[in-house]
Amino acid sequence: MDPLIPVSYTINGKSVQQQVSVRTTLTDMLRHQMGLTATHAGCEQGSCGACTVVVDGLMVRSCLIFAIQLDGARIETSEGFADDQLMDELRRNFADRNALQCGFCTGGMLVAAHDLLSRTPHPERAEIREKISGNFCRCTGYEAIVDAISKTAQALPLEDSGK
Amino acid sequence: MSTTSGKAQRHSQFVGQDKPRRNAIRHAHGRGRFVDDIAFGNLAHLAFLRSPYAHAEILEIDTEAARALPGVVDVFTGPDLVDICTPWVGKLDHFSGLRTPEQYPLAMERARWNGEPVVAVVAESRAIAEDALDLIMVEWAELPAIIGIDNSRSTNGPILHPQYDSNVAFVMNLTAGDAKAAFRDAAYIVEDTLELGRQTGLTLEPRSIVADFDPSLRKLTAYHSTQTPYQMQDVFVRHFNLSEENVRVISPDVGGSFGMKLHVYGEEMAAVAASIRLGRPVKFIADRMESFLSDIHLREHKVHARMALNSGGEILAMEVDDATGIGPFSVYPRTSAMEGNQALRLMGAPYKMPHYDGTLTVLFQNKAPTCQYRAVGHPIGVTVTEHLVDLAAKAVGLNPFEIRRRNIVTQDMYPHTTATGYILERLSHEECLAKLEALMDYPKLIAEQKEMRERGIYRGIGIAAFIEITNPGPAFYGIGGARISSQDGCVIKLEPSGKIRVSVSVTEQGQGTETIMAQVAATYLGVDLDHVDVVTGDTERTPYGGATWASRGAGIGGATVMKAALAMKENILEIAGVILQGEADDFDLVDGQIVDRSNQQVRMSLAEIGRIAYFRPDTLPQDYHPQLSVSRHFVPQGTPFDFTNGVQASYLEVDVETGIVKLLNHWVVEDCGIILNQQLVDEQIRGGVVHGLGGVLFEECLYSENGQMMSATMADYLAPLASEMPDIQIDHVCTPTEMTPLGAKGVGEAGTAAAGAVVLNAVNDALRPLGGTLRTTPLTPERILKALGKI
Repeated sequence: MDPLIPVSYTINGKSVQQQVSVRTTLTDMLRHQMGLTATHAGCEQGSCGACTVVVDGLMVRSCLIFAIQLDGARIETSEGFADDQLMDELRRNFADRNALQCGFCTGGMLVAAHDLLSRTPHPERAEIREKISGNFCRCTGYEAIVDAISKTAQALPLEDSGK
Repeated sequence: MSTTSGKAQRHSQFVGQDKPRRNAIRHAHGRGRFVDDIAFGNLAHLAFLRSPYAHAEILEIDTEAARALPGVVDVFTGPDLVDICTPWVGKLDHFSGLRTPEQYPLAMERARWNGEPVVAVVAESRAIAEDALDLIMVEWAELPAIIGIDNSRSTNGPILHPQYDSNVAFVMNLTAGDAKAAFRDAAYIVEDTLELGRQTGLTLEPRSIVADFDPSLRKLTAYHSTQTPYQMQDVFVRHFNLSEENVRVISPDVGGSFGMKLHVYGEEMAAVAASIRLGRPVKFIADRMESFLSDIHLREHKVHARMALNSGGEILAMEVDDATGIGPFSVYPRTSAMEGNQALRLMGAPYKMPHYDGTLTVLFQNKAPTCQYRAVGHPIGVTVTEHLVDLAAKAVGLNPFEIRRRNIVTQDMYPHTTATGYILERLSHEECLAKLEALMDYPKLIAEQKEMRERGIYRGIGIAAFIEITNPGPAFYGIGGARISSQDGCVIKLEPSGKIRVSVSVTEQGQGTETIMAQVAATYLGVDLDHVDVVTGDTERTPYGGATWASRGAGIGGATVMKAALAMKENILEIAGVILQGEADDFDLVDGQIVDRSNQQVRMSLAEIGRIAYFRPDTLPQDYHPQLSVSRHFVPQGTPFDFTNGVQASYLEVDVETGIVKLLNHWVVEDCGIILNQQLVDEQIRGGVVHGLGGVLFEECLYSENGQMMSATMADYLAPLASEMPDIQIDHVCTPTEMTPLGAKGVGEAGTAAAGAVVLNAVNDALRPLGGTLRTTPLTPERILKALGKI
């Protein structure tokens, strides 16, 4: 049995104390210790993007980082983004446009879309396609996802960062 | 609820509307619930030691050190399970002569592919189970590996199963008319050999199961990421000697399946066996490398084909020799002969072609087993046919539209039987082809292509016609002895609040099954869509049925729900008649309100019916018993399948210096009969097209000469990402089927059927001025540069 080490984080705005083994990934800590199951493990090697979360404002693959490395970090998962208007709009447009089918990539895809529109509020379609190319979706063929992100962007004020 | 001035307005026609999916809202809020998301107490975790060799004898297995590791609960090998689990054999009676050995959850004396599970470890965590794998010692004796199709077919090479005289699992010959004479008399003959690369499913959620066995009652509950819970219930019952009422299979959210998650895999059977051995829940979640090594693969075919035409460019005949490598076993219970069987029968299927001579040879190899996957056999049949049609167009001197127009089956010919024996009720090839030509503005593209070529830019246009097999009837599996139901069932219940609960045997994996079943129920009952809830994916809570595969959910499931909704409506109107002291026929149900049929005046709500029927039946006549739930089943009738049809086109650019293909546009015109929800139909087509584009451009299960899988990670097995994919333009023709009351056919596989063929044709069109022809997929830059003679 692995020895456990105490760590603390702020996860989705709440202070959290956890005991983690040195080899527990952030994905496994979130999923199996916190029960935050919207972060999915699709490949566990950083290729598919299903485990994408935000750590201290930066988008990261939670499968490529150990939970013990993040003591003191602020972590936002797909379940989070409370009172975030941009995420609300993305969620609504994803559902309305059927920009997800099985839903397994969706958590990571929404985090990537939120990151894109936070930095570039009015991207061209080609730029949307480029920026979500770290997130694999086997179901949709991507067009509906591009449409949903594009529609969300069109509703954003021209000057605003979208937050 | 929509009442104005006491009159109901008909808003309850939901069939055909683009209603968003309730489960999509759930997923968008991070509320999906996949097998690995469900919490269990006392859960144990399973991991497998897999064969590092493609082919090896297992001489000795030493598990002592693994067993001694703290946290390890159980370690077992193939022979340890023979008393718990009976072996299975992937045969069907109607594939006469198909041979394949018995299969067990874990390899018995020999491992036959790289990645085959050999030893199972159960531990308190997956990490500990994997630690224990490193402590297991296996003594192997490596045997020669049979890898390539030619290697397997060779008469003087090694034989994979020593009890057989060759590596041939199955041979099928299919003839119509006199192909020999047609070739003798032909004005034009074109021929080629195509090789289609082996792919895999790559669902983003890997195969997942938690098996929970209660020894006190010998009751098994399996939380299983499968599209076919009833089939798996039956498999667990028979192979673990359990009682049918004691086996419950629950499929929660399924993270993609596409046919990959309806086969029997040794790992899932081992998980059930482990739970039976231990009497506690056992979880197996495949990691990505395990998925690549042990999920079914598909579509490794080498096809030599010829086409004969008369001087007018009419197709007279095809001769096809299709060889496919299926790995070491025919997969249970649907067999690995089905893909080749369908490929052989789909050759030339859109065309009038009267003569045919096709042979299928199914071969064993030391690679992962192959089996049915989205658009089973279609991409092979369509790619081979449409490649030859393009070669023929060039030989005869016709443009690609004109040669197809001269040959497609026309409206005056239905019902029509193809040379390969498929009976087509009524299709719409002429309308689809005409619509496509207008949609893509073909003359403009030709002009643009010409102008670009003068500037050294090589663009290509490819088109392909196809038919798609949907709504399969009992002739598909039942007739071959497989316990796979072709009927479906639906129970509809009126809740006391007036809401409607539908439980149905077709299942949801993201395609929108639950939404379209709700749309059908709401429409034929006459209630608001928001008042209908649909339950799927639980053998204990839904009627028994076939579930979702072969594009049968909408067509067969929809017809089942329609029948149940109409029966429930009859019951409700009867109750209304009793309460309102009239005849049932005097009333109608519109938007959840009982109205007078004559003037649409609202008389009472469905909620009021619910209240009286459930809580105040004392106010109803003596001995009147309101019937508040109904069940109906539906069996597909008539021909074995309902075919759909369509045509696709691709416009792309080949960089002749790098060999990279850039997809510029993609068009689909498709006819799936009555459209239940156009957004969901279009997204099935788009998703399907991208599966086809992945197969033709990127995806390949590469094996080394000694059978090591070389592309077993997502960094090595390339699959489509957003930046490489085009927007896809879709249009429809609607020819309802008369074989079901709903008129809807399937659409899940149409996109995949022809997307690869149009890209192959477009790449070859682009390279035509330079003289290169591509014959092997995927069309990697290396293969394109080789075809151009640049490397």
